[in-house]
Amino acid sequence: MELFTPDFGLVFWMFIAFIILFLILAKWGWPVIIKMMDQRAGTIDQGVEDARKAKDQLDNARAEAQKYVKEAQARQAEMLREAAKMKSDIIEEAQAEARKAAQKEMEAARQAIEQARKEAELQFRNEVGRFSIDIAEKMVRTQLRSDKAQTELVNKLLDEIEKN
Amino acid sequence: MANTKLHMTKAFTTGIGYRLLALVMTLLFISPSYANASETGKEGSDFDVKEIIFEHLGDGYGWEVPFAHVYRIPLPVIVRAEDGSWFCFSSADLTEVEVVKDMETGKEHKTLLPVIKSVNRNGKEYRFIIAHVSSHKDKLVEIFDLSASDQKDLDAKLAEAGKGDAGEGAAPIVDGYVFFNGKYYREYRPLDISITKNVAALFIVVVLVTAMVMGLVNYYRRRGLRAPRKGMGFFEMLVGFIYYDTIKATLGDKTRKFAPYLLTAFFFILVMNLVGLIVIFPGGANLTGNIAVTLVLAVCTFVVTNITGNKHYWKEIFWPDVPLFLKFPLPIMQVIEVFGIFTKPAALCVRLFANMMGGHIIVITLTLLIFIFAAFGAAVAGAATVVSVLFSIFMLLLDVLVSFIQAYVFTLLSALFISMSNVHEEEHHAKEDKDNPTLEKKDEDEIAADKARLGEVAAEIDLK
Repeated sequence: MELFTPDFGLVFWMFIAFIILFLILAKWGWPVIIKMMDQRAGTIDQGVEDARKAKDQLDNARAEAQKYVKEAQARQAEMLREAAKMKSDIIEEAQAEARKAAQKEMEAARQAIEQARKEAELQFRNEVGRFSIDIAEKMVRTQLRSDKAQTELVNKLLDEIEKN
Repeated sequence: MANTKLHMTKAFTTGIGYRLLALVMTLLFISPSYANASETGKEGSDFDVKEIIFEHLGDGYGWEVPFAHVYRIPLPVIVRAEDGSWFCFSSADLTEVEVVKDMETGKEHKTLLPVIKSVNRNGKEYRFIIAHVSSHKDKLVEIFDLSASDQKDLDAKLAEAGKGDAGEGAAPIVDGYVFFNGKYYREYRPLDISITKNVAALFIVVVLVTAMVMGLVNYYRRRGLRAPRKGMGFFEMLVGFIYYDTIKATLGDKTRKFAPYLLTAFFFILVMNLVGLIVIFPGGANLTGNIAVTLVLAVCTFVVTNITGNKHYWKEIFWPDVPLFLKFPLPIMQVIEVFGIFTKPAALCVRLFANMMGGHIIVITLTLLIFIFAAFGAAVAGAATVVSVLFSIFMLLLDVLVSFIQAYVFTLLSALFISMSNVHEEEHHAKEDKDNPTLEKKDEDEIAADKARLGEVAAEIDLK
């Protein structure tokens, strides 16, 4: 049957056609395509790797930022605490100072008052002494207006001396 | 190696098997009905199923114009005559369309008839014709008038042929002679490298494949690393599939050397297969269903395999690792192996050829069913048409799949044969070892455990 006997012409042309096709494609076709596909695959792999790295870095950065934020927050809290302490210290100091000053002032005032009082007392005493002398003088004068009374007094005083 | 052989034959037998089964069933189905048709209907008289099938499967000097059976696209005929001179003329000169008027119905129909192409050169007349009643049926032959000795020879042969059957009317086919227009001529089959239908289709396929590949290359040149879309993307995906999953997986570090051949073969076969499935002009040529085409492809694989084959490959053939009595006094293994060198590409050739041809035969046969059943009247013909069209579509779709599978199988097996002839022994063993690292590890572990146990026993004995 003719189907099973290869025809020379067709074999001949087939051979030529195939060789030509092979040479063309082997020279300008397949190497380019394969190179490109390899390159693209490489690029994609690289891209994936890069993306992974970038994600890692991002995650790291985020963690770092978180850390910094926490640190900053801690420091802020510390500072606030310190400031509060300082404030209270200052206030306390000021209060103590004020208290001291006030005390001093009061002391001084008290001393002045005392002084004044003492002076007043002294004055008062002198005054009272003078008054009482005056009074006594007046009383004595009144009482010793009569001679009898004078004698009586001398007697009495004498008695007293005698007794002693 | 044995494994692949088994695999091969299995694929081969299943592939051919179901086709042959289908074919036989279809033919069984046809034969009685066809017989009936020719008995009952007069229309069946010029309807030869076998001839139509082989006309569609075979080659031709012209290419049928779509939907006009008698008109042909002329193609160049290139032949070398008996005396060594070359001729090139149009295939249109070899046939002419004749209008035949049917006497009973008055209908006209056109038929294509062969005519003698005669060329005068240097005072000598050369005559060519497409032979019909000849051993070179449908091929171009150079014809000569019968000389006295030819006549004697012919008469003797005719007498011999006449013994078998009393040929009434039809002239018997006589070897070396062609019967044309009531006369025998001596024929000479010239060296024929005409651009026939198949050759033209071959060129179209070459152009198509080149266009596809170069299109992709151009795309890369324009767009760089951007992935192509749509058709180009599909093509690239196919290239990737064949290159990475088939060739690279089989050939490993030898890939670069052989990939161009295997990729070319794959796409050439694939496009030939698919173009062969198209019914009209740019297609319609049954390329891969022609043994000449698959033969060349198989020979290419054979040449590549054996030329690049290394020492180990040839050692496996001429001094394989088998018991001595199998190879020494009687070279049994050597004979088998040498035989194997040739059967492998032969199987490649026949597998592709038979699969594609089988597909074509089935589709044509299914289509012919319509005309066979036409003899039984409109209702039967209508039903047959529906069934046959449905089956044809199914078979064509299946053939699209088969086109791909066969191209793939050819490439895969070629890659396998090439890898067999190119693999180094060391690599082979290294690979085996690498394949089973866990096993070795397990063994080592077991040995260590045994040693430990022995140590314990020894210690116990010492204590006692």
